[in-house]
Amino acid sequence: MAEKLLEVKNLYKYFPVKGVKGPGVQAVENVSLFINKGETLGLVGESGCGKTTLGRTILRLHEPTAGQIIYGGETIYQHEYPFEEKLVEGEKDGASRPLLVKKRVPREKSVDMFPLRRKMQIIFQDPAASLDPRMTVGEIIGEAIDIHGLCKTKAERTERIKELLDRVGLNTEHANRFPHEFSGGQQQRVGIARALAVEPEFIVCDEPISALDVSIQSQVVNMLEDMQQDLGLTYLFIAHDLSVVRHISSRIGVMYLGSLVELAESYELNKNPLHPYTKTLLSAVPVPDPEVSRSRQRIVLEGDIPSPMNPPSGCRFHTRCPYATEKCAQCAPEFKEHAPGHWAACHLLDQ
Amino acid sequence: MSEYKHLLEVEDLHVSFFTPAGEVKAVGGISYTLDEDEVMGIVGESGSGKSQEAYAIMGLLQSPGKVIGGSITFEGEDVLAKSKKEMTELRGGRAAMIFQNPMTSLNPVYTIGNQLVEALRAHDKTISEEDAAQRAMEMLTMVGINNVEQRMKQYPHELSGGMRQRVMIAMGLICHPKLLIADEPTTALDVTIQAQILELMKDLQKKTHMGIIFITHNLGVVAEICDKVCVMYAGKMVEQGPVDDIFYSPAHPYTEGLLRSMPRVDADSHERLIPIEGTPVDMLNPPEGCPFAPRCPYAMKVCLQKMPPYVELGEDHRSACWLRVQEALEKKEGKQDG
Repeated sequence: MAEKLLEVKNLYKYFPVKGVKGPGVQAVENVSLFINKGETLGLVGESGCGKTTLGRTILRLHEPTAGQIIYGGETIYQHEYPFEEKLVEGEKDGASRPLLVKKRVPREKSVDMFPLRRKMQIIFQDPAASLDPRMTVGEIIGEAIDIHGLCKTKAERTERIKELLDRVGLNTEHANRFPHEFSGGQQQRVGIARALAVEPEFIVCDEPISALDVSIQSQVVNMLEDMQQDLGLTYLFIAHDLSVVRHISSRIGVMYLGSLVELAESYELNKNPLHPYTKTLLSAVPVPDPEVSRSRQRIVLEGDIPSPMNPPSGCRFHTRCPYATEKCAQCAPEFKEHAPGHWAACHLLDQ
Repeated sequence: MSEYKHLLEVEDLHVSFFTPAGEVKAVGGISYTLDEDEVMGIVGESGSGKSQEAYAIMGLLQSPGKVIGGSITFEGEDVLAKSKKEMTELRGGRAAMIFQNPMTSLNPVYTIGNQLVEALRAHDKTISEEDAAQRAMEMLTMVGINNVEQRMKQYPHELSGGMRQRVMIAMGLICHPKLLIADEPTTALDVTIQAQILELMKDLQKKTHMGIIFITHNLGVVAEICDKVCVMYAGKMVEQGPVDDIFYSPAHPYTEGLLRSMPRVDADSHERLIPIEGTPVDMLNPPEGCPFAPRCPYAMKVCLQKMPPYVELGEDHRSACWLRVQEALEKKEGKQDG
C-alpha cells in the first residue's frame, strides 16, 4: 500500500465579494483527494474551474474556508464549514429564498506554515511574472536558501546555486543575469530551480508549461519527470491541456466549477471515463492525427460555464449535461468510489 | 467560371521589420496557393512569422513592418498594388479576418448589433439600416447564438469568451467573403468551447465554400480542420503539403520533431517525449543556412551554410531540407545508372 503524503478532506474556498450577500465566489467546493508519495496527481479542468485555487489553497497560499489538510500524517489545517442555509428576504421583492449565511465556528487547527514551506513548493504558470525583475537569478535562487538558513558559508551557497542551475539545464554564468535576459523556457527553468532550492518533497506545478512554445514544452515536461525520479518528488500537476496531464500523471482528477467530478488512474480515466463531463472533455481534445479526428464522434456541449458566484443547484454540471434528470438539479451527487481507485460524482452511476 | 486560377496565390513573399536594432526578416520568402472550398493551416511557434504573413495579405502590417518582395494575388488581382482605399474595400468585404482575442478586436463602447451593422453597411452602401440589422441577426443565428434580438443590444463585455468569438466570426462572414483568415481563433478558448467553434467553422465552410487560412500552433486543431498545411519556422516555410502527408510522412526534421514531442491524449502507454532540443531562433541574428540547423539532430555541414531549396516529394508536398535534396540526387543517379 502506497503511503499518503497529502490528504485533503472536504476542502472549501470561498472568496467574499463586496456588496453581495452570501458566500461570494464559491471557487472550491467540497474537494476530497489524496496524493501518494512519489506520484503525480494531475488536475484538469477549464479556466475558472478552481484548479489553481485548489492548488494554492492546499499550500495555504489562500487561507481555506473550511476542510482538513493532512500532510505527512499531521493535520496542518482543520476548520468546520462556517456557512448554513437560511431563508433570507430578498431586497427587491421581499420573497424569502435560501441563502448561505456565515456562522461563527472556532478554528480547530492551523499550524505555522514556515517549516512546511521547505517541504511544499510551487511552480507558477507565468515565469516572467513570478520572478523579481530587479534580482539576478542567483539572488532569486539564493533568497530561498537564505530564508531557511540552508547554507552556512558563502562558498557553500554559491556551490548550491551552481548545482541547482546545472540541475535545470542552465549555465553557472546565468546566475549573474536578470530574468528579462532569458527566453520563456529558460525563465521557467529558473522558476523550477527556485522551487528546488529548499529541497522540497512536494511541488504544486501550476500550469508550468502553458505559457511555453510547443517545442519547449516537451523539454520542460521531460525535465520534471527526471527530477521526480532522481529526487523522489511528489507533484500536483495542474493544467488545462488534458494530453499533457495524461502524459505526466499517474492519476488524474477532473474539476468542474469548483468541484471534483471524477478521479481515477490516468489510463483508466482515458479508457473508461464515468462522468459525462470527463467524456466531453476527452472528446473535445484535438488529436494530432487526421484520420482519428475524421472518424471520431465528438460530444459538443451547449452553452458556457455558469458563474461560480451563483452556481447551479444540485450537481453543478446539470445545466450543460446531456443526461441531466430532475434529481440532478435538486441534490448534489456524492463523490464516491465506483471501481477500485475510480471515484466519480454523478447520480446516473448510482442507478 | 472564374477567370483566375487560384483564389489566393502568394509567391516568394518577404516581410521585414526595420527596427532600431536592425532588420528582422519576419517572413523570408514563402509561396503557396489556396483555392475555394479549401482550408489551409499555417503552423509555427510564436515568432515564426505566421501572423505577419497573414497581415501582409490583408494589408494590415504595422510600421516598421514592410513587404519587401514577392507578390500576393487574390482573385486574379495584385493585392500589393492596391491603394489604401481599395484595400479598405477588400478587407471585410471579399476577404475577412478573425483574430485571436475577440475582446480586443470588438469595440467595447458599441453594441454587438451596432458593430455588425456597421461592418455590413461599410461595404454595401445601398442597404438600409433595417435590412442590415435583419442580416446581422441572421448571421448571429447562423453562428449558433440564440436570443439574437437581445444579443444585438448587448455590449462585448456582457458576453462570454466563446460567445464573443462567435460574434467575431459572424462579423467576418457578414459580407460573404471568399477568403477568411483565422488567426489563432481558438487559442484563447477552453477545450470544450474550442470544440464548439471548430465544429461551427467546419459547418460554415461547407455552407459557404470559402477558402480559409487557419493560423495556429496546435497540431491537433490542424488535424481536425485543415486540408493542407504549411509549416513555418523562423520566417521560412520548411514544409508544405496535404494534411495526411504532413502527419503520416513528415519530410522535414522540424515537422517530425513537433509531431514526436507532443503527448497524445489517446496514447496507450507512457512513452517518454522526444523534445526538440535548443531554443527558438533569435530573429535579429538568424543563423546562416537553414534556420533549423542549430537544433536539428541530422544537421550536416551544408545546412549551416546554405538554405536548402524546395524538393517536390509528391503531389503538392514539398520540403526545404538538405536531406531530401540528397535523397533526390541519389534517386536521380540511381536511375541514370540503371
